Amino acid sequence: MLHRLTTPLSKDTIRTLRIGDTALITGTIYAARDAAHKRMDEALDRGDPLPADLRGQLIYYVGPTPARPGQAIGSAGPTTSGRMDAYTPRLLKLGLAGMIGKGNRSQAVMGAIRENVCVYFAATGGAGALLSRCIRKYTVLAYPELGTEAFAAMEVEDFPVTVVADCRGGDQYKEGSRPYCKFS
Amino acid sequence: MRDISFDTIRDAVAELSVQACCRLPEPLLEAMRRSSRQEASPTGQDILKQLLLNADIAAKEDCPVCQDTGLAVVFADIGQEVHITGGLFEDAVNAGIARGYTGGFLRKSSVAEPLFERKNTGDNTPAILHIRLVPGDRIHLRLAPKGAGSENKGRLFMLVPADGIEGVKNAVLEAVRQAGASPCPPMVIGVGIGGNMETACLCAKRACARDVDSRNPDPRYAELEDELLELVNGLGTGPQGLGGTTTAFKVNIEFCATHIASLPVAVNINCNAARHAEIVL
Repeated sequence: MLHRLTTPLSKDTIRTLRIGDTALITGTIYAARDAAHKRMDEALDRGDPLPADLRGQLIYYVGPTPARPGQAIGSAGPTTSGRMDAYTPRLLKLGLAGMIGKGNRSQAVMGAIRENVCVYFAATGGAGALLSRCIRKYTVLAYPELGTEAFAAMEVEDFPVTVVADCRGGDQYKEGSRPYCKFS
Repeated sequence: MRDISFDTIRDAVAELSVQACCRLPEPLLEAMRRSSRQEASPTGQDILKQLLLNADIAAKEDCPVCQDTGLAVVFADIGQEVHITGGLFEDAVNAGIARGYTGGFLRKSSVAEPLFERKNTGDNTPAILHIRLVPGDRIHLRLAPKGAGSENKGRLFMLVPADGIEGVKNAVLEAVRQAGASPCPPMVIGVGIGGNMETACLCAKRACARDVDSRNPDPRYAELEDELLELVNGLGTGPQGLGGTTTAFKVNIEFCATHIASLPVAVNINCNAARHAEIVL
């Protein structure tokens, strides 16, 4: 099933998403990866606000290449999500609707997705040139000194993703391979 | 002796950086086209088509195929009759990386020190440089940018001779199974067999950087490459780990002499953007 989604996402919308479904996302999403997550975690420890109100929003794990003159952004595909596992449950508890990345998540993250009614999408890793065409605007909001790892707002249009973890506990990485696996 | 200048080497490395990051090797594209026809999963077929479209856009727009333009791994085979003028070879390679990654709008992903500050070097230097002295008066350069999503999933197994061929197969399967979706399958898998700890890893890296239409010249190892590919594709991981019959495009093996008591096996996984470019100076 194909969903057309506009951010922020409501819990009702998230409940309609099932693993294996595809979606085209339009609106603002937030770019943050390893170093920005560490900074956000430290900010929360100190009781400081996050660089943006993440309630109902999506974080995209991405570290783009520099934009050529006249372009919004360079190549911008997803990075491996598992490295953010340590920080993610806390953000989901605070109201983050979900993440866009690639690859398996920890049990703690999968549990937090279920408990907080969230979603985890995968974008195609290795398709950074194609995905960059869906990104209209890239604005660094915090931690500019991190360069490609800065926290940024992205305006996206019909950004293509697949639901890989849904709020019912579904895990596409487990279910997807089952029909094709020749090992028991 | 034949003179090759610092500037010639620097300019060649700069050009190879951009070429490798923006244009996928033709044998890899051919493997993607073939797999998109043969893949059993409809989702997998879609992903392979996306990857082909992506490669097309990247080549036309000089946009990196993937945003992780990696650490630059450079294999340099330097002829013994070459005389390098105007500076040090290693400096020339690094100057080329800096120029290629900065001028070519590639991502700078290198931090100077791994644990405390992790400060970005700003120009993607230093390159990971593997030099061999070879006969002749040429320099052969092969630049293979390697992203961390796949690199982080590499494994080294210090097997013993009694583990044999089955041990090698199990090691490769374990590495690929554990890697899951993270290295962006369909992958290209480099397997290094023999040597000691570090040469097994280097063999795996060299195997990883080989073209997907190449075969190990030893027919026994070439056959093992095919067998391993079939086994890996039987895992069902599929394109992007979403399920399917194309988990890898190719398994390449490189081997070398080893100790009577050792059977090291290194598995270096490359992502679907198995990039490299080469030039002979």
